[in-house]
Amino acid sequence: MKAFIGLVGALLLSIAMVGTAVATPVDTYEFKNVDNQKRALDLAHSLRCPQCQNQNLIDSNSPVAQDLRLEVYQMVDAGKGDAEIIEFMTSRYGEFVLYKPRMESKTYLLWLGPIVLLLFGLMIGFIFVRKQRISGAVEQELSVEDQAELDKLLNRDNK
Amino acid sequence: MKNRLVLFIPLILFLAMGIFLYKGLFLNPQQLDSALEGKQIPVFQLEKLEDSSEIITNETLKGQVSLLNVWATWCPSCKYEHPYLMRLARQDILPIYGINYRDERALAVRELAREGDPYTKNLFDHDGRLGLDLGVYGAPESFLVDHNGIIRFRYAGPIDMRVWKETLYPMIQELQAQAKAEGAS
Repeated sequence: MKAFIGLVGALLLSIAMVGTAVATPVDTYEFKNVDNQKRALDLAHSLRCPQCQNQNLIDSNSPVAQDLRLEVYQMVDAGKGDAEIIEFMTSRYGEFVLYKPRMESKTYLLWLGPIVLLLFGLMIGFIFVRKQRISGAVEQELSVEDQAELDKLLNRDNK
Repeated sequence: MKNRLVLFIPLILFLAMGIFLYKGLFLNPQQLDSALEGKQIPVFQLEKLEDSSEIITNETLKGQVSLLNVWATWCPSCKYEHPYLMRLARQDILPIYGINYRDERALAVRELAREGDPYTKNLFDHDGRLGLDLGVYGAPESFLVDHNGIIRFRYAGPIDMRVWKETLYPMIQELQAQAKAEGAS
């Protein structure tokens, strides 16, 4: 029985340890609460490291990424909103740090381009299909002369 | 005839995309635009590198066109850049302010004593706070600041003769002319 309790205890402990180890591999920053931690990590995941360029702030080990990560954590713990933190980053490092670019005049093409292309494709498809239908319908409506010619030919075959 | 033209739309789209992507091949992703161009230099209060009792603030930099150069002893490109900065310093075209970025004070002072000091003044940015406010992501980086304390240009990477002649010096001449014109009026 004692052994069993020990085993369960060890199991629970290991689960608890796994649970806490998920956060970040590099930092030992202590968040005020779990909500803050989750929000800060989400934010840091959505920001790009300006130096290494293809990694987000969490993945990167560069000093700049570490600084910015810490900055994000501290700002979240200080009760700053997402918009404020993102503004802080873009005012220093430009739009580049956003993995998801903002909707503005410079990025309209980026955001709306695919939709425009899709609509364009649908339009072409629609016109094409309609045209086919119309031309198909026309073929069925033979003029009087054509019908007479056809009848003549059919009759001749029957003979 | 009209319908025929429609058939060429995919080709035209393809060519347009081709040109767009081809141009993208020649963009340097390391050369990011600074978000700070056109803005005031960030407010700061930092110790002078050689003398911790002297405080240098953003107000110190106003009044003339200057070059801010972010450097550190751990940065190999800064060593490459250093001789050229020495040459510029001798020509006395504009004050060059150093921002000693995330460095050890003793190491930095020793390095300047050994290799020569091209800087008018050196700010000691030990924790990288000013660097962060400037949007610095590496070293060396250089900022052209006009006489009103507004950042006009950021160059990421070592300054050499080509960068100086083709990019920085023409801009500096222009800014200095502006400063003179405004100072006179």
